[in-house]
Formats: sequence, C-alpha cells, structure tokens
Amino acid sequence: MENSRRDFLKIAGISALAVAGAEPVLNAFASEHGEEASKAAGFQKEEKALTAKQWAMVIDTRKFKSAKDLEPIIEVCHKIHNVPDFSKENKRHIIKWIWEEEYKHAFPGDASGFTDERIEHLPFLVLCNHCEEPPCVRACPTKATFKREDGIVLMDFHRCIGCRFCMAACPYGSRSFNFRDPRPFIEERNPQFPTRMKGVVEKCNFCAERLAAGQVPACVEASKGAIAFGDLYDPESEVRKLLKSNYTIRRKAGLGTGPTIYYIV
Amino acid sequence: MLELALKGSKKYYGWVAVLLGGISVGFAVYLWQLNFGLGLTGMHRDVSWGFYIAQFTFLVGVAAGGVMVVLPYYLHHYKAFGKITILGEFLAISAITMCLLFIIVDLGQPMRALNVILHPTPKSILFWDMIVLNGYLFLNIIIGWQVLEAERNAVAPPKWLKPFIYLSIPWAVGIHTVTAYLYCGLPGRGFWLTAILAPRFLSSAFAAGPALLILLCLIIRKMTKFDPGKEQIQSLAKIVTYAIIINVFFLLCEVFVVFYSRIPEHMDHLTYLFYGLQGHSALVPWMWTSMSLMGIAIILLLIPSVRANESLLAICCVLVFCGTWIDKGLGMISGGFVPNPLHQVNEYAPTIPELAITLGVYATGFFVLTVLFKIAVTVKEEAAA
Repeated sequence: MENSRRDFLKIAGISALAVAGAEPVLNAFASEHGEEASKAAGFQKEEKALTAKQWAMVIDTRKFKSAKDLEPIIEVCHKIHNVPDFSKENKRHIIKWIWEEEYKHAFPGDASGFTDERIEHLPFLVLCNHCEEPPCVRACPTKATFKREDGIVLMDFHRCIGCRFCMAACPYGSRSFNFRDPRPFIEERNPQFPTRMKGVVEKCNFCAERLAAGQVPACVEASKGAIAFGDLYDPESEVRKLLKSNYTIRRKAGLGTGPTIYYIV
Repeated sequence: MLELALKGSKKYYGWVAVLLGGISVGFAVYLWQLNFGLGLTGMHRDVSWGFYIAQFTFLVGVAAGGVMVVLPYYLHHYKAFGKITILGEFLAISAITMCLLFIIVDLGQPMRALNVILHPTPKSILFWDMIVLNGYLFLNIIIGWQVLEAERNAVAPPKWLKPFIYLSIPWAVGIHTVTAYLYCGLPGRGFWLTAILAPRFLSSAFAAGPALLILLCLIIRKMTKFDPGKEQIQSLAKIVTYAIIINVFFLLCEVFVVFYSRIPEHMDHLTYLFYGLQGHSALVPWMWTSMSLMGIAIILLLIPSVRANESLLAICCVLVFCGTWIDKGLGMISGGFVPNPLHQVNEYAPTIPELAITLGVYATGFFVLTVLFKIAVTVKEEAAA
C-alpha cells in the first residue's frame, strides 16, 4: 500500500514536471502563431497613422480669455472618450481627463502674491503630461500603464488591478479612478471608444485612437489654433517651432519627470 | 497539531465565536463593496489610498516587530527568549495575513490580483512588496511550525531550519523597508519623500510589535497555565522603550528638516496634520493625541520602577500601541495626500462600510492569532505537565 502510494506520487510529480517543462515550448508556439495572426488581422499601423518619437503639446494660454473658451475643448474630450459625469452625483467619484485650474494650482510653488493679473485669473488647461520619465509607469506593478514608442503614456484597462499606485506616483494629479460603474453616468455613449468598468484607473491618452487614424487630438482640433501638437524630436515640427520662438513653462519641471505639455504664458 | 485548536474552554469558544461574527460582518460588507466598487469608501481622486492601506502599513510593522524576540535568541543566544520566540513568529503570521487581506480589499479589481505575478514588473516596488510579504509569511509558517512541533516531540528542531531562521531576521527588516519604499520614492509627494521614512517605519514597528507582544504575554499568563515569564516581559519592555524613543527622535529629525528648510511642498503636510491647512484640520486632535501618548509612554517607561510594575507596564504598552497606530494607521497615509499635488485640500475620512470591512480583516487576523496561540500554549502546557 505504502509503496504504491509512493509510486503514484512519483509519477504524478514527474508528469507535473514534464508539463511545466513543456510549457515554454508551447508558449513559443502560441506566440509565433499569435504574431502571424495579428499581422493577418492588420495589427500593423495604418498608413495614414501619425507617428513621432515623442508627442508633445504647446498650449498658448494667450489665446484663451476665460473659462468659456476652454469648455468646448474639455467637453469634446470627455464626450468622445466616454468619460462619466459625476458632478451631479458624488464629487468624490469624479473622473477627469482634461480640466481647468488656476495658475496657482497648475503651478504651485511658482505662484506669488504678485502675479500678472491676466495670469492670475486665467484658466489653465491641465491634463496628463505624458512625461518622458513617467513615475506612474515605474510604479505600476502589472505594466497596465506603459510608455508607448511614440512617447504616449497609455493605460490597459483590462490589465489594471486598481491598486492606484500610479495615482500616488503622479505628481500632477492627472489620474482618476473608477470608484463605481461609470457606464450609467455617460450621457451619450461613443461606440468608437471603449467604456470602462469599475475599479480601474484612467487618464488622458493623447487621443491615441485618433492618431492611429491620422487625426490630431480632439482638444487640439477644438482649440482653434491655441494648442499645437507635434513631435518633440522633430526640429521641423510645429511644437519645436513654437518652443524656439516663445518662452514656455512646464508643470513641476524640477521633479525630472520630463513633462511634454508646454505652456506659453 | 491543528487539532489542539479544536479543544478549548467555554471562554475560548466564545471568543472564537465573536471573531467569526466579526469576520462574517466584514465579509458581507466586502461583498457589497465588491459589487458597488470602492466608491463605498471615503477615498477619492485626491486621497486615493485610505484606511485599508494605512492599516496594511501599520501591520507590516507589527509583523516585523516579531523579529525583536527572534534576533536576541538566535543571534545573541539570549536563552530567556527561547520560551517566547514562537509567540513572535505566530504574531507575525497573523499580522501578515491581515496585511495581505488589506491589500486585497483595497484593489479595484481583486480578481486580477495575480496579474502582479503573470506580468512581473521588477521596476515596481509593489512587485517586491508582494515577494517580501509572502516570503516572510512562508518563513514564519515553516519556522514556527517546525520549532513548535520539535518542542512537542521533545526533540531539537531539524538542522535544515537554521538557514531559514537566520534568513528571517534580515527579511523582517526587509518587509518594512520595502513597504516604506512604496511611499518614499514618489516624486511630488513631499511628506513621504524622505530617507528617514524606512528607519521611522522600523523604529515604530519595533515599538508597536513588542508592545503588543507584552500585552499578549500578560493575557496568556492570565488565561492559561503557560507563563511567558517575568524576565522575558522585562526584556521586551526595554526593547519597547528604546524603540519608541528612537521613533520619536526620527520624527523630530523629520520635523527639524521640514520646518527649518521651510520648503512648502514638504512643510504643508506636517502643517496640515498638526495645525490644519486652509481651514481643514480633521486630523489635528488625533496627531496631538498620538504625540502625547508616545511622550507620556517614554517618560513612564524610562522610570525603572514603573517598567517593573507589570500593570503599569501594560498601560505603557497600550499608550505606545495606540500612539504609533494613530501616527501610522491614521496620519501617515492621508497626510501624504493632503494637500494634493495641485495644492488643494480635500480631506479624507473613512465611511462606516469601510470601517466594517477593516474590522472584518482585524477579526480574521485575530482569529488566526487565537488559533495559533492556542496551539502554541497547549503545546507549552503539555510540555510542562
């Protein structure tokens, strides 16, 4: 009896080992196959897709007069990305991708009591800075947030475990968490973009879905020329031309995160 | 040995029933949270970690504190602690159990928790925290169980256990260091961005853990036939005294750097905690209570006659435990999030469901602790008889 049990355990152990040993081989097969399949399904970039080494934005705040000028920009972003509206429900659960802040909140530490009157009352657009050295990406334990080859810091809503480490890591407060199911709070659903589920983090994606289709981000389009978008490492790009000829500031540049949203003030 | 947990007095069964009741309530509320989402808690966009993560942080300390009985026994051959190392190890097991549960209840998508292993990300400190916490749990289960079983059978513990025991000592320091690194490596969070955070965590751990252990020893002596020993309790009391003094010293180092340099991004959080900021001061009374508790405890513990009096010592241990709990389990996490990175003050307070789930996790931890201590004490009683 004792012997046969020991034999059984031995065989079970060996077969377990065999399966475990074969797994990498099986995986290799699967991935090879998967790659081909994704190519066949058009996983490669579309020809008209916009590409860059590091996307960046220059916001010309001189072209904004009041919060009213920012409203259509914020609205179009939140609308096409199915961002829920909790402002009437519970402010604790609020989600925002792009919003307005006063100078002293957008640039805390830089503000003094004697700021230019225009700047002091001017609404500043704030959003994810798509940092060159993003601390949120470093913090994420599952690579659910990652830096894409074109510099965009993206979210995989299906991999995010909702630990909110990225929210603690972000020095700009640019990330929001789905504290409850957001779907009932989306006024008009855009079927072109996924909705989220409860328990995951989200933020601005630099309109990655529009870039793939050859369009500039929605906020850029809605800004009537106040926001420029382009490749930070292309000397001929619009953002580089603006950066060359204008004094610009960035939020908390001293932290070394390399924010790529530049403001002309 | 598990069967030893099944036979006990009426009091024992009653206590276990109370804990199971607490677990059921917490579990029921957790199902509600699972269904609704973390919106059931008081957390929000600005304070995105709350009570759960704060308890987790505090309890990592309690777990690490167990090493304060293991280290003197195994490294300094301080024989007296041989009697109670098992209590330190079992306390660590129950504390780590609570830590892991607090992480799980804090996840937005707990069903995806294994993504941390499926997509291992060594750049993330959370990945390392997962490794050190689970490692410490297994080390303590293996060591505690083997040592106790050997004692029961009146033989020496197996030789292969020694490396595990030696490993568990630096590992205990590791769990709280890595937990501090979760916070102190984040740019733009001035409150945590300090190299003294890990040492502070460790010193408060070595105060809170052994303080709780003293209280547990006194309870065990009262409720069972096993006496953890007067000398053992006195030695632990000295450890608590040193650790709480070092803890307050580290805190004062932080206070000096922050308030003398007067860099707003570092200063505002401490100002918020101790004086209130922009008219918000929910934590102010708590923080001053914490400081008073720790201060009074230091003064009392420094007096040898007070320390020698076990009833007074028990009071001191309660002061130390509560003081460090408020400091870490209440102020440490929300203090880092207020003001937010845009310098706005949005305070945080836990909700009732959040507290119910927290109590449920604590009940689970104390259930594990009760069962393990019951086994350990029964073995000790048998050995003495």
